[in-house]
Amino acid sequence: MSDATIDAATFAELQDSAGADFVKELVQTFLEEAPAMLAELRQALAAGQADAFRRAAHSLKSNSLTFGALALAALARELELGGLDAARRPDALDPLLAEYDRVARALEALCRG
Amino acid sequence: MAEPDPPLARLLVADDNKVNRLLLTRGLEPQGHSVGCAENGRIALDMLRREPFDLLLLDIEMPEMDGFQVLEQLTADPKLRDLPVIVTSSLEGLDNIVRCIELGAEDYLPKPVNAVLLKARIGASLEKKRLRDQQKELVRRFATSEVAQDLEQSGFALGGRHVRGSVMFSDIRGFTALVESQPPEETIELLNAYYALMFDAINDHGGVVNQMIGDGLMAIFGAPLPMTDHGVAAVRAALEMVERVELLNTRRLAVDKPAIRIGVGIATGELVAGYTGTQKRATYTCIGDTVNLAARLEEHTKLAQRTILIDPATCAALGGRIPVDLLGAVALRGKALPVEVYAVAGRPAPCA
Repeated sequence: MSDATIDAATFAELQDSAGADFVKELVQTFLEEAPAMLAELRQALAAGQADAFRRAAHSLKSNSLTFGALALAALARELELGGLDAARRPDALDPLLAEYDRVARALEALCRG
Repeated sequence: MAEPDPPLARLLVADDNKVNRLLLTRGLEPQGHSVGCAENGRIALDMLRREPFDLLLLDIEMPEMDGFQVLEQLTADPKLRDLPVIVTSSLEGLDNIVRCIELGAEDYLPKPVNAVLLKARIGASLEKKRLRDQQKELVRRFATSEVAQDLEQSGFALGGRHVRGSVMFSDIRGFTALVESQPPEETIELLNAYYALMFDAINDHGGVVNQMIGDGLMAIFGAPLPMTDHGVAAVRAALEMVERVELLNTRRLAVDKPAIRIGVGIATGELVAGYTGTQKRATYTCIGDTVNLAARLEEHTKLAQRTILIDPATCAALGGRIPVDLLGAVALRGKALPVEVYAVAGRPAPCA
């Protein structure tokens, strides 16, 4: 399924090259770090800090690509390229926040399974 | 238990994202490298200036100091200029990637980084660095640091250019008679001691020895690297050479060996400078009237019975800072018109 939350091929490749145990550690680290990135995104948007906003979006995109969270990566990339101007609507971050929740649950499931 | 193998190379990972740092670090350690981590560009630069690293894996988007700024700082730092840098980033836009390469990055790998590709690129970069280090070491052994630096910067181009500088010729008076009167090993020993002293004196004042023939040498001041006060530097070097020969003589006289004396000629003006030779064996040299004049002045020291002779341009460059005696116009071989010749009187005047 191409619209899966986590792209199975990418995730399998990561496990293959890095080892399943290490991938668990990486996922754990991502789940610890991501809330701070999302908070940074919200704060930078509220404070009008373009650089911090772009960096936080870029970081989220980068990690999403690593785990194969392609939809989350695409949403983060839109914010990175669009910058503050494209995120003026009050609900601008909602799709990304919702997708992150799906990604977090999917990654947790993959690591348990 | 056996000692663990020393790491293949010391790598530094600069990335503000913890997942990326973990991924790169853990990916590289099993390959036998030792890996350091920095959370932003500023920390990375601090670490690079404090401890030796063989390669930098650099992210671009980082707080405090981004990857572009790190690349700029590395290029401006002579000690870090040659450090291989592989940029790993998920940068948007080809122009940003081009910018990395233009700023001196050796390679660009998009994130997520493919582990196999990364291993190959790191191996290639380290091998290139090893070859560069070897080449630098060879050049360092056979040239002064200035020439070595210039060669590196010019990429060993055998080009030529006009420069303004001062040229010095020097040799040992009555050396042929001395050679015939002593065993060969003593001659070589004397030459080695003499050259060591002369090189030190010349290098101390920013000069570059570019030729040695028997007991004679040629040195250049103001090239390959420009120097503002090359005339004064050359004369100060000559005075120091004379002083060091006097010290050498004290040691020689103590063991009943004859004292040696040197003659030095210095001229200042336009020079054609460049590397002559072939790609395999080249030497930095200068040619032109100024060079001929310096050689003639050195020859003339025998006749004039003075140790250091200089031309009017060098005398003008001194601006009275070092006392000279005007010897008058002298007809020199190869010169259509007589040249005003000055003898350097002695030690430099004390600073006011």
